[in-house]
Amino acid sequence: MPIKHENAPSIGKTASCDGYSLPASRRNLRDRLPKTGFNTLKSLGIALWFMFLTFPIMVIKVSPLEKTIEWRWSRLVYVGAGAFSLSMLWRFLIYRMEAGTSFKKPLQERLSLFFQRKKSRKATALAAAFIFAALFPFIFSTYQTSIMISALMYVMLGLGLNIVVGLAGLLDLGYVAFYAAGAYCYALLNHHFGVGFWTALPLAGAIAAVMGIFLGFPVLRLRGDYLAIVTLGFGEIIRLVLENWNEFSFGPSGIAGIDRPWDFGLGFTLRGHTIYLFYIVCLLVLLTMVVVSRLRNSRIGRAWIALREDEIACEAMGIDKTRTKLTAFALGATWAGFGGCLLAAKTTFINPASFTFMESAIILSIVVLGGMGSISGVILGAFILILMPEYLRAFSEYRMLAFGAAMVIIMVFRPQGLISATRKRYEFPEEKREGEKP
Amino acid sequence: MDGDQVLQVRGLTMDFGGLRALAEVDLDVGRNEIVALIGPNGAGKTTFFNCITSVHDPDRGDMIIQPPGKAPQRINGLKPNAVTELGIARTFQNIRLFKDMTVLENVMVGRHCRTRAGIAGAIFSTKQARAEERACMDFAFSMLAKVGLGNRADEKASELPYGAQRRLEIARALATEPFLLLLDEPAAGMNPSETDEMDRLVSRIREEGVSILLIEHDMKLVMSISDRIYVLDYGNLIASGTPQEVAGNSRVIKAYLGESFDA
Amino acid sequence: MEYFLELFFGGLTRGSIYALLALGYTMVYGIIQLINFAHGEIYMIGAFTALIAASALSMLGLDGWSLLAIAGLAAVIYSAAYGFTLEKIAYKPLRKAPRLSPLISAIGMSIFLQNYVLLAQTSDFLSFPALIDEFPFMEDVTIIRSSELVIISVTALSTALLTIFIKFTGIGKAMRAVAQDRIMAMLLGVKVDRVISVTFIIGSALAAVGGVLISSHVGQINFYIGFIAGIKAFTAAVLGGIGSLPGAVLGGLVLGWTESFATGYVSSDYEDVFAFGLLVFILICKPSGILGRSSAEKV
Ligand SMILES: Nc1ncnc2c1ncn2[C@@H]1O[C@H](COP(=O)(O)OP(=O)(O)OP(=O)(O)O)[C@@H](O)[C@H]1O
Ligand SMILES: [Mg+2]
Repeated sequence: MPIKHENAPSIGKTASCDGYSLPASRRNLRDRLPKTGFNTLKSLGIALWFMFLTFPIMVIKVSPLEKTIEWRWSRLVYVGAGAFSLSMLWRFLIYRMEAGTSFKKPLQERLSLFFQRKKSRKATALAAAFIFAALFPFIFSTYQTSIMISALMYVMLGLGLNIVVGLAGLLDLGYVAFYAAGAYCYALLNHHFGVGFWTALPLAGAIAAVMGIFLGFPVLRLRGDYLAIVTLGFGEIIRLVLENWNEFSFGPSGIAGIDRPWDFGLGFTLRGHTIYLFYIVCLLVLLTMVVVSRLRNSRIGRAWIALREDEIACEAMGIDKTRTKLTAFALGATWAGFGGCLLAAKTTFINPASFTFMESAIILSIVVLGGMGSISGVILGAFILILMPEYLRAFSEYRMLAFGAAMVIIMVFRPQGLISATRKRYEFPEEKREGEKP
Repeated sequence: MDGDQVLQVRGLTMDFGGLRALAEVDLDVGRNEIVALIGPNGAGKTTFFNCITSVHDPDRGDMIIQPPGKAPQRINGLKPNAVTELGIARTFQNIRLFKDMTVLENVMVGRHCRTRAGIAGAIFSTKQARAEERACMDFAFSMLAKVGLGNRADEKASELPYGAQRRLEIARALATEPFLLLLDEPAAGMNPSETDEMDRLVSRIREEGVSILLIEHDMKLVMSISDRIYVLDYGNLIASGTPQEVAGNSRVIKAYLGESFDA
Repeated sequence: MEYFLELFFGGLTRGSIYALLALGYTMVYGIIQLINFAHGEIYMIGAFTALIAASALSMLGLDGWSLLAIAGLAAVIYSAAYGFTLEKIAYKPLRKAPRLSPLISAIGMSIFLQNYVLLAQTSDFLSFPALIDEFPFMEDVTIIRSSELVIISVTALSTALLTIFIKFTGIGKAMRAVAQDRIMAMLLGVKVDRVISVTFIIGSALAAVGGVLISSHVGQINFYIGFIAGIKAFTAAVLGGIGSLPGAVLGGLVLGWTESFATGYVSSDYEDVFAFGLLVFILICKPSGILGRSSAEKV
């Protein structure tokens, strides 16, 4: 068997697991790092490669109509210099990561230790977060608050999808269909019958859930990636129907003038409405967090995780596969329905363009990037993915470029997501632990 | 089916394409018995388990069970979880634990079909649901203690050593409160002292009123604990009887050792 | 009848392009079980490279078949290079990662590449030169255009070459071995990393061929064409049974025909609904796709 160089780092990883061998693993690391001269040469090669790679698209700009060519040679120099330095950095980070000396893992451990050591610390942190959230709309502008509402809505959507993907392990690429169902539910009810937000919210959830079950029945016997593409197809079908069935959904022009949540007749200004909506979203996010964390450590939640880990063993434990999958699907969909209803109330205008596949991809990315199955991970993922493009508006046109790159980079250096899920520890009286010695 | 039996299999046949993995197999397990199913590699032992637990759908044959205090029931064509719910639990030859869960949670999953709490109960954390959760945890814990894993409840299942993983699978199966336990090579890959431990564990489980059907290659273990033995070879039942009867059977010796040992 | 044939060949053309792309998806999936979401972007980059090369060369006075050959070659080389690099950056470090991580990395790459082309070139539609001349002998034929004929033949040729490559060359055998059992292949000394690289290179080259042909046929491109084509091609690959090469071709053709006839006889608004509806229907009837084998897990 050809033992390749890449296999070596995993040895270093196990070695550094017990705290004592850390210096040894550092030494290994240094031994493994190729000599600086070689490194430079390699980066030089990579720089040349990228100059070649980006040459036509970066350097040449043609206008086929005017039949002119513009040569932008200076860009080649930037690419070369950029690729050289980035490749040095990239390789260094990969070596570090494979040697198990990545800097983020200890951070997460240290943080969780910090909170475990004293219960009061957790309470303090929660209280601080609570006060911050309560004051947020008064400290920041309406614009900022509105962005925050989006981010929180995505937290909700992410947590909902987390049930389906993170817990039950069903790769759903058509989550946006349920989001659309919720949004159109409120928009249409409001448009035709003047139904208010608070009445529509549970209805939106219910309709999405029913749709989840309806879709789930035929497709849940599909395995992994087949399920993914069918749900993707389903999401696209829903969007296309919304786009083309003018009598029902008003087509691409969408529905405008949707009522904001009722203001108790106080006559809120725009700012007032935004603040009000902010609190509604905060409340819903809080509710979602409670629900998801309770479900996760319940009989149903364990069945979901068991299903994700091993379907055959799961059934052998007496778990009904179909029913368990359907509950996950329906619950996930419910939250998408809530999210859609909120979206309609926030923007007061919806059209099919808000429900493209990209939306599903972003929500899925929130879940995976944050850390599948982990609630705080999903929250962090949503804030990064939704706030980053907003605050990168300064770089306007480069923001989506950076966004895509960030997704790749986070996955490469943190494959299990930013925050890895931990399972609940159950507490027992010590004497019970004294099982027989194996 | 008389009242002393828990499992009666008649004429069980299973084909995989052209390969006949089981041919007209008859097998009985009596109440409180330990029955061993042995045979060379590829004889169809695991396939037999898979048919009973509905992982595979057999081509022909009847599988009838009789849970204690209940009427006999045919289990052909049931869903796997329904079979478990009726009281048959199994372990797997290639350990199939829920790797990312803790040891205790693995066993708690086994309680699924004996508990009822639903989504609403979990979300509102009702008194009933909490009580059930507590009871589930205690039960799971007592199962862990029974197989000697009480002090490792919080570890990740995948981090247990091999022998402990096998015992965890047994604890998980026991959590479903079976009347018949199917063990697929429980002592595979264990050292002699672990095997002895397994011997004692299996006997103890039987003493608690669970019948056991056991696949095992370790003849010392099989001979010492089984009441009766069935021998499969290429899907055919070639012998059955008490350990002494089977040990002296020339067809069995031939199947295990090959033609040259005919004499 | 004539209308039917027109739709038939239109569907065959469309289906050929899907097939070329679907082959890339299916090969990558067969070997590393990854949905390479950025595959459509490779196709788009192929089309852009061809456009740039063709425009530059035509200003040097080149035209006709030599222009097509050089531009096509440039597209193939560059797409292959992009595919190779893409795998090294976004997927190779994630070989041992949880299954969904490379998928997210792929989606990130797809967004990145789209915006890279958008920024470096333009967001507008660019008109693509008709590289494929009308054949003189096709003048009287109305049911099929010359470029359609070329697309169909080139696809057939590429598929045949690919089949020969996979069946008879050493690296082709290694690819099949890795697809069946990566660990075992590795133990037997197959250089898995190299096989994966070759897979990406071939898949990307095929995508480039598709990109050049369809762009020349349709006459315009922008940075977003890869995304839609990618999703369709992936649908085709799954439809045919992912991991199966004949399945990818068949899936592509079936999808092409479905869309073509749906557009022709029903309404172009619902073209995609029919495509995805067909997918859902087939997978429900046959969960592993038309030619896919159901791999029952051994217990
Ligand atoms: N899912 C399946 N598909 C096709 N053939 C199968 C399948 N499962 C088992 N077989 C075949 O059936 C025969 C019996 O297999 P089985 O696993 O039951 O043997 P076994 O007696 O358990 O052997 P071992 O002692 O090695 O575990 C073997 O030839 C095996 O290859
Ligand atoms: Mg076996």
